[in-house]
Amino acid sequence: MKALVELYMQQFKTTLASMFQYRASLLIWMIGQVLEPLVYLIVWSIVSNTSGGSVGDYTTREFAGYFIVLMLVNQFTYTWIMYEFEYRIREGILSFALLKPVNPIHSDIADNISSKLMTLPIMMLVAVGLAVAFQASISPVPWAIVLFIPVLLLAFVVRFLLEWTLALAAFWTTRVGAINQTYFVLMLFLSGQIAPLALLPSPVQILADILPFRWMIGFPVELLLGRLTIVEALTGLGAQVAWLLAGLVLLRIVWRSGIKIYSAVGA
Amino acid sequence: MKRQISPIIYSEPTVTSPVIHINELRKIYTVSQQEAGAVAALKGLVQRRKLEIPAVDGISFDLTAGEIVGFLGPNGAGKTTTLKMLSGLLHPTSGGVTVLGYIPWKREKAYLRQITLVMGQRNQLVWDISPLHSFELNRAIYRIPYDSYRRMLKELTDLLELEPLLNKPVRNLSLGERMKCEIAAGLLHRPSVVFMDEPTIGLDVTMQRRIRSFIAEYNHRFGATVLLTSHYMADVEALCRRVVVIHQGRLLFDSDLSSLVQKFSEHKTIIVQLRDCQADLQSYGEVISCNDGRVVLRVPKAKTAYVTERLLADFPVVDLLVEDSPIEEVIERVFAQEKA
Repeated sequence: MKALVELYMQQFKTTLASMFQYRASLLIWMIGQVLEPLVYLIVWSIVSNTSGGSVGDYTTREFAGYFIVLMLVNQFTYTWIMYEFEYRIREGILSFALLKPVNPIHSDIADNISSKLMTLPIMMLVAVGLAVAFQASISPVPWAIVLFIPVLLLAFVVRFLLEWTLALAAFWTTRVGAINQTYFVLMLFLSGQIAPLALLPSPVQILADILPFRWMIGFPVELLLGRLTIVEALTGLGAQVAWLLAGLVLLRIVWRSGIKIYSAVGA
Repeated sequence: MKRQISPIIYSEPTVTSPVIHINELRKIYTVSQQEAGAVAALKGLVQRRKLEIPAVDGISFDLTAGEIVGFLGPNGAGKTTTLKMLSGLLHPTSGGVTVLGYIPWKREKAYLRQITLVMGQRNQLVWDISPLHSFELNRAIYRIPYDSYRRMLKELTDLLELEPLLNKPVRNLSLGERMKCEIAAGLLHRPSVVFMDEPTIGLDVTMQRRIRSFIAEYNHRFGATVLLTSHYMADVEALCRRVVVIHQGRLLFDSDLSSLVQKFSEHKTIIVQLRDCQADLQSYGEVISCNDGRVVLRVPKAKTAYVTERLLADFPVVDLLVEDSPIEEVIERVFAQEKA
């Protein structure tokens, strides 16, 4: 455990040093992270204003609150591993990682957390700015704030596990782009990114409850906004834990069979 | 979290012979064949022709502790495939390997901590940051105690003259500088088994020599077992008493470098220093070159003494030297004989 902490600290330094080499691209990337939810926020504000100040049970100001919190949750749980794995396999970088006495997932987790630590404070400032500008309404209850912390952490872990597993598709196909695209479209509609799930047709809501996407983004947002009952919140937490376990099992199976193929056809 | 902590061995490697044991190792790649032409391409959609290509075809040899062995063969002979199986990246089709008592492709952590695979022009190093950062990361990955790390870093820095490079971003380093840092990164954990695939490829002569003497020094100092491939015979001559030659996945030769030369060189080179290049020496042997009276002659091994004697009798010889054929030529002959 101590050795692992040491590794994470070292990876943090490495990520930090790398990030400072590319300050401009970091800035552009963060602008992108802000722009997407901002566009949805503006669109829904207009829709809400033209239909008398609310859509469903979301007022214009509540839409602002929703998308601003969503921006932060998305930022917290975001991974970019799917873009990297194919490149790692193609360029033989993975081979070197496999020769190290540590599973490469540790470097990825550490790298992810490190860059989050760097970008989150800035994103928080942006969020405060946006909240003021759009007069966002966020009214959480104390118990929800307390529960939000484990829920957010679980959302991150579940998303990380699933997306890391999905990235391993690169072991089987070189066309990972198509897989990623499908994933992102599902994510957009079923996680609450494009609109609060409560506003979508009930079949979509049921689907969202079954699939993992809601538990990675929409659920923490709804919780912090005070839109869930205690029972709903705890049920959601249960769903997250279930996906966490499923994710761990899935990752183990996929990683093992992926490595088997990799070491059979020529690493 | 359950975590098995295995002790890191920083003492001299335990002498168990052999350190590397390879028995009837075989790797067959299955590739689907693509034929040219539209019809063939359509047919390929329905039924793909599978081709079995044996990259390594039943080789066996052993390495004892502290040996440096040259692993030679033309491109595509199966050298890299073998190294990848030995380091645990590839699963063989059949046959057995043990290295330090481990089966490599199980990739046990205790095994990975004791080996390294250095490949020319491939990066261990993180591109955007300084080598020192990458070294520190490796320290954490291999759980090298601070003391050992500092000592080893200092030794590597001295031997490879890394001091001025340690804090530059890797992308600003030259090929040779990067290679030196790659090697250092691969050896920080002081592996007792070192696999090197073309460690001097693309480097200038001075840099090649430096890396060569470094490998010798590392082997000497830590008693490490080294298996290295190279296309530069100077590397092999300087480092390896023993060579293993493979061709088309099969073992051709496994013995002392000197007996390889003995067995396969049918010629010797005689260099005579005359006053000028006027004399015609064609009748004595094959004249390779003549510059300022320095004649290089190639003669059959059996006739060396006779030709030397005649040269000394017939010409005012200033100086005379008899050499074995260049090792490149010898290796070429080995492969040529295999084809015949």
